[in-house]
Amino acid sequence: MKVSQIALVAAALATASVASATVKIGFVTTLTTPAAIIGKDMENSVNLAMEHLGGKAGSTPLQVIFADDGFKPDVGKQATDRLLKQDNVDFVAGYIWSHVLLASQKSVLDAGKFLITSNAGPSPMAGKLCNKNFFSTAGQNDQTPMALGEVLNKKGVKSAYVMAPNYAAGKDMAAGFERTFKGKVVGKDLTKWGADAQLDFSAELAKVRASNAEAIFVFYPGAAGPAFIKQYEQSGLSKTVPLYSVFTVDSLSLPRLQKANFQAAVGSRTTQLWDPTLDNAANKRYVADYKKKFGGYPSYYGAQAYDAIMLIASAVKAVGGDVSNPDKVRAALKAANYESVRGKYTYGNNHFPIQNFYLREVVKDSEGNWTTKVVETVYTNHVDAYAAECKM
Amino acid sequence: MTRSNWITTLVLAALAVVPLGLYYAGQPFWLDIASRLVILAIAAASLNFILGYGGMVSFGHAAYLGLGAYAVGIPVHHSIFGGLDVLGLATSNGWVHLGLGLLVCAVFALITGAVSLRTKGVYFIMITMAFSQMLYYALISISTYGGDDGLTIMSRSELPGLALDDPVQLYALCFVSLLVVLALLRMVVNSRFGQVLQGARGNPQRVTMLGFNIFHYQLVAYVLAAMVAGYAGFLLANFTAYISPEMMDWTRSGELMFMVILGGVAVLVGPVLGAAAFILVEELLSHFTVYWQLPFGLMLMLVVLYSKGGLAQWLRLNQSGPGGGKP
Amino acid sequence: MDGSLLLMQVINGLQLGLLLFMVASGLTLVFGILDFVNLAHASLYMVGAMICAWLSYLVGGFVVAVLLALPLTALVGWAIERWVARRLYARNHLDHVLATFGLILVLNTSAHLLWGPEGIPVALPDYLKGQLVLGDDLVLPKYRVIIIAAGLLAALGLFWLVTRTKLGMLIRAGASNRQMVAALGINIELLFTVVFSLGAVLAGLAGMLITPITEASLGMGNAIIITAFVVIIVGGIGSIKGSFVAALLIGMIDTLGRSFLDVALGWVFSANAAENSAPAISAMLIYIIMALVLAVKPQGLFPPKVR
Repeated sequence: MKVSQIALVAAALATASVASATVKIGFVTTLTTPAAIIGKDMENSVNLAMEHLGGKAGSTPLQVIFADDGFKPDVGKQATDRLLKQDNVDFVAGYIWSHVLLASQKSVLDAGKFLITSNAGPSPMAGKLCNKNFFSTAGQNDQTPMALGEVLNKKGVKSAYVMAPNYAAGKDMAAGFERTFKGKVVGKDLTKWGADAQLDFSAELAKVRASNAEAIFVFYPGAAGPAFIKQYEQSGLSKTVPLYSVFTVDSLSLPRLQKANFQAAVGSRTTQLWDPTLDNAANKRYVADYKKKFGGYPSYYGAQAYDAIMLIASAVKAVGGDVSNPDKVRAALKAANYESVRGKYTYGNNHFPIQNFYLREVVKDSEGNWTTKVVETVYTNHVDAYAAECKM
Repeated sequence: MTRSNWITTLVLAALAVVPLGLYYAGQPFWLDIASRLVILAIAAASLNFILGYGGMVSFGHAAYLGLGAYAVGIPVHHSIFGGLDVLGLATSNGWVHLGLGLLVCAVFALITGAVSLRTKGVYFIMITMAFSQMLYYALISISTYGGDDGLTIMSRSELPGLALDDPVQLYALCFVSLLVVLALLRMVVNSRFGQVLQGARGNPQRVTMLGFNIFHYQLVAYVLAAMVAGYAGFLLANFTAYISPEMMDWTRSGELMFMVILGGVAVLVGPVLGAAAFILVEELLSHFTVYWQLPFGLMLMLVVLYSKGGLAQWLRLNQSGPGGGKP
Repeated sequence: MDGSLLLMQVINGLQLGLLLFMVASGLTLVFGILDFVNLAHASLYMVGAMICAWLSYLVGGFVVAVLLALPLTALVGWAIERWVARRLYARNHLDHVLATFGLILVLNTSAHLLWGPEGIPVALPDYLKGQLVLGDDLVLPKYRVIIIAAGLLAALGLFWLVTRTKLGMLIRAGASNRQMVAALGINIELLFTVVFSLGAVLAGLAGMLITPITEASLGMGNAIIITAFVVIIVGGIGSIKGSFVAALLIGMIDTLGRSFLDVALGWVFSANAAENSAPAISAMLIYIIMALVLAVKPQGLFPPKVR
C-alpha cells in the first residue's frame, strides 16, 4: 500500500476508534419512594429516546446509567459521585428535585463534567450559581407560576387565594405567582411539607370559602395533588371557585383522579412549557410512541428527560463523538441544535431555555381519557427572572 | 491481646488501609464511602457514650450533626455572599467553624438536656426527638440558608497544613479523629466519671445513695456527646460540601441509633461495626436492586432476633454480656 | 372573627382528633400492656388502607371493601405478633425499636412491590359524596361527618369493650400489673395476640377512612407515626381515656393553629413576619404541647395507676 493510503487507513482507524468509544450519560432520578412514579416516567422517556436514536449519536454509541436519589439530597449526591467516580460518565443528567440538584451540582461541575437538569430549576442555578457547564432542558421554577399569574390578569380575576407547601419550591411558586398577578391575594397558606406532609386541607379549604376569593392558585406536587383535588371537590368549592394550578395536575395524577372520578379536575387550568398536544413532528412521535409502549400519556417530566437525551446526543454528534474537548461540546450544547418536543428554543446567558409557556386545560380525549390540551400561548420566548443575576 | 482488642485493631487497620489502597488503585469511590462511614461512626460513638454506657436514649442526636455542619456552611455562605461581618464570622477559617460548632452544640445540649433529663424512659426519648424536630422546622423556615433546599458549601474549612479539598487528606483527618474519639471514649468510660454514669444506668437509686448527683453527671455526658457529634458535623460538611435540615430530622437520629444498637451497645468498637454494616450493606444491596430495603430490613430483624448484643455479640466481643465489662 | 369559620374548624379538628385516636389507641394498648415499642404501627395504618383501596376495585364498593379489609388487617397484625413481636417481649425497648424499624422497611417495600409506588386512589360511592349545607357559610363535606360518626362509634365500642367486658377487664389489669395477671393463670399469650390484632385493626380502620380524602399511598404511615407517639405520651401510656383526650386536644390545636395562627401572630408581629413564621410554628406546635404537658405532668395526662 502507498504511504498515503496507509495514512488514510490509519486516520480512518483512529477516527473509528475514537468515534466508537461509548459516551456515557449518568441519569439521576427518583426510583424509590412514592415519588418514583415521576422517576418511572423519566426513565421510560429516556429509554424511548435511546430507542429513537438507535442507541447512537451519529456513529457514537451512547450508554445511559440510571441512579436513584431516594428523594434525599445526600443520597442523590452520593449517587452522583458514584456515577462520576466509578462509572466515569461524561454527562450527568436528570434531577427532579431542586434540593437534590443543589446538593449534587458541585461534584459534577468541580469535576469539569456537563450537568443537564431535566426538571429542577432552582433560582440559584439560574442566577448566582450559574455555570458554563450547566444546562437545562426544563425551565426555571418561577416561570410557570408567573405565566399563570398573567393568565388570571387577562381573565380579569381580582382576588385569589394561594396555597402551596411550605418548602423552598412551594415558596418560589407562590412568589412567582404573586410577582405577576395584579389582583389581591386574599389569603395564603403554606402547609406543612416533608416526610410527614400535611395531606388533609380541611382547615385551609374552609378558609378559602370564608375569604370569598374569585380563584384559587395551588402548587401541590406528588401525592398531595390528588389529595387536594379530591378535597377541593368534596368541599363543594369546585362549583364556586375555579382552580388554577402548577405542577399539580399532570398526566401522572390525571389517571388516578379519573379512576376515582374526581370531576373537579376536568376544566381546571394550568400552565407549562410543554403539552402532549403541541403540534410539532418530534412531539407527535414522542407522544404516540410513548402511548404505544407504556400506555397513557407522558408528563412534562418525561418530555424534559427525553429532550435531555436528545440535546446530549446532538452535541455528541456535532463533535463527532470526541468529548475530550469541553469547549467544543459546550458550544454544541449551547446551540441546542435538535428537535425539541416543545418546539425550537434557544439558550439564554444562564443556559436556561428561552421558550414559550402555554395555558392548558384538563379535557377528555377522543377515547375518554383525561388529559390536557393547549388553550393559548401565555408567554413567547420568555426569559426567566434570574438571568440578570448570572455573570456569564 | 484480648479478643476484643484484636478485632478492634483489625477493623481500624482495615479502615486505615483498604480505602486508601483502593483509591490509589483507581477506585476513588470507596474512599467516599469510607469517609462517610468514619464520620457517621464518630457520631454513633458519641451516641453510644450516652445511650450505651449512660442509658440515655436520645432520639434527637442528628441535630448536633446538623448544627456542626451548619456552623461550617453559614460562615462560608457569608464569606462569599456578604453579611454577618460581626465577630469575624464570615470566614472559611476552620478554627472559627470548629469553635462555633462546638459552642452552639454545647449550648443547645445544655438547654435541651437540662429539660429532657428530668424525664425518664420513653418520655426522654420523645422529648429529645421533639427538640430536634423543632430545630429542624426552624431551619426549614430560614430561607437565607436555603431552607429545605439546603446550603451548598462552596469552600472547605481552612486549617493550617491541611487542604481538605484533597479527599485523601480529608479522609486522613476523619480517620485520625475516629481514633482519637475512641481513645478518649475508652478513657472517659473507665474513669470515675464513666463508672458513675454506667452505674446510674443500671441502678440509679444506689448511685444516688452513694452521694452522686446523677443529673449533673448525665448532663455533662450529654453535652460532651453533643459536642463530639458536632465535630462529626464539621467533618460531614467538609465531606459533602452540602447541608440541609433533612440531614438532621428524626429519621436520621433513628439511623444513628440503629447503628449503635446494631453494632452492639456499650462496646467501644460497636458504633464502627454498626456504621460499617449499615453503609456497606446499603451500598452493596443497592447495586443489585432498587428494592434493597426489603432484604436490609429482614437482615436487621434477624440480627435483633438472633443476636442479643448486636454484631459485637455475634463476634463475641463482649464476653461478659451486653452492656457490661470494659470496652 | 367569623363564627361559622370557627365552627367549621372545630369540626375539622374533631375529625382529625378522632382519626388520631384510632391510631393512638392501638399504639397505647400495645405499648402499655405488651410493653412493646412498635414503630411499625403506622405501617399497619398503611397496610389497612392499601388492602381496602385495592379491594374497593375488586368488589366494586368502598363500604364492602372496608368490611372485608378489617379482618385481613387483623390477620396481618396477628402474623406480626406471632412471628416478630412475641419473640421480643423479653427484650429491651432498644431491640424493639431496631426490629420494628426493620419491619417498617420490609412492609413498605413489600407494599411497593405489590401495588407499585404511586398509591391507589379510592372512589366514594355517590351516597357518601356531596356536602351538608347547614347554613349560609357552614358547608361540610358529607364524608367528613361520616368519619366523625365512625370515629365516635369506634371510640364508644372501645370504651364498652374496655369497661364492660371480661376482655376489657383483663386489658385494664394488664396495663396496671402484667405479672399479676399472668400469675393469676390467665392466658397472657392469647391476651397479647388479641390486643395486638385489635390495635392493628384500629390503625387500619383509620387508614381506610382517610383514603377517600387523600389516597392510599406508601408514605402515609410517616405522616402519622410521630403524632401518634406524641398523643400517647401526652395522654399517658396505656390509658385509652388519656389517648382519647390527648388525640382530640392535639387534633384541635393543630387544626386551629393552622387556621388562625397567622392571624394571631399578625396582631403582634408584622404581616410579613407572621406569614413566614406561622407555618414553622404550627408545625412545631405538637412538640411544644408535648413539652409543656411533660413539664407539668411528666407521666402524661391520665397515666393508668400502676400498682
